[in-house]
Amino acid sequence: MMSPPASPADLTRRPRPESLTDLFVSFTLLALQGFGGVLAVVQRELVERKQWMTREEFVEEWAVAQIMPGPNVVNLALMIGSRYFGLRGAVVALAGMLVAPLGVVLLLALLHARFAGYTQLAGALRGMGAVAAGLVTATGLKLMPALRKHPLGVTACVVLGGTAFIGIALLRWPLAWVLLGLGGLSCWLTYRKLGAAP
Amino acid sequence: MSIAMSAADWLSLFSHFAMLSLLSVGGAITTAPDMHRYLVQEHGWLTDPQFSASVAIAQAAPGPNVLFVALMGWNVGLNAGGFALAALGVVVSMVGILLPSTTLTYLASQWGHRNRELRGVRAFKQGMAPIVVALLVSTGWVLATGAEPQWKDAPLWAVTLGAALIVWQTKIHLLWLLGAGALLGWFGFV
Repeated sequence: MMSPPASPADLTRRPRPESLTDLFVSFTLLALQGFGGVLAVVQRELVERKQWMTREEFVEEWAVAQIMPGPNVVNLALMIGSRYFGLRGAVVALAGMLVAPLGVVLLLALLHARFAGYTQLAGALRGMGAVAAGLVTATGLKLMPALRKHPLGVTACVVLGGTAFIGIALLRWPLAWVLLGLGGLSCWLTYRKLGAAP
Repeated sequence: MSIAMSAADWLSLFSHFAMLSLLSVGGAITTAPDMHRYLVQEHGWLTDPQFSASVAIAQAAPGPNVLFVALMGWNVGLNAGGFALAALGVVVSMVGILLPSTTLTYLASQWGHRNRELRGVRAFKQGMAPIVVALLVSTGWVLATGAEPQWKDAPLWAVTLGAALIVWQTKIHLLWLLGAGALLGWFGFV
């Protein structure tokens, strides 16, 4: 919908944002579609539609965005923007992600006092929240095939990922434990595997 | 409510948020409990309902959830007297919560990209992959079930599960699903 039509010359090179304006507009549109979190929309638009990144690249970038302090999608926008246009790209992608939604949020805050009493509105927000939770889950499910080429093999990935799911979703371990403990273990195993390969 | 904010108070707000920025691994929302302690309990710059509404509105609105921080700054400014101070509050709180973490992320990602062939960098990025995928699935689970899973929320879980399956298997536009969820909620089905 938002990607320019591919000319024959485009087929030989990777799709990428054409200009800082393209970057800004793309991230603004992404952010405005992201009710209850932008991540699902980022994956859908940048990986599936625009194809600026592959599934594997998305998972790798997301790992960095997740481990660094700060809002994850903000970090991700910054990293993607800087990949194409350096510091300017980082600032522009960040602005695209934040400026328009900030306006919407302030508008909502002004309206909130007037309409807070409507139970239907609260119900609609609850329904959208439930869908938004499903969108995040689906993003994880759709990225699973990216693990097929993983150096540790599929079985190890299932065990590591399954343990992380049980820890976070069912036992509610603190995120830091999972990232440092399981993530550290996984990185160490991968490091050994990468060294053993010729 | 009405409060007085001196320049030193704004500076204190800025530096507190800047400190939280560096601690916000896993997203800004993980620092919300400390913001509550600082803004509501320690300084009384925000009321409890204002704090809760800031989080709820930002969650419901499109865009990154970090915008709840902007609303807190906005409300502190309004309490201190008018829209000009509210705008100042937005700038102070957003720059505070974002500048340290984005600077750090920018430098780290530049370094990582320059050294992407290093065995350590590849091991980190690829090693984290299974954990990252599991985290995404888990985040949906935690958002759907809340702090304490309760059976009366079962219809909501069904909506979450349905949305997850549809998005996983089809290319339907996400806004249709959000609209359907809003309608179900509006008419009281979930």
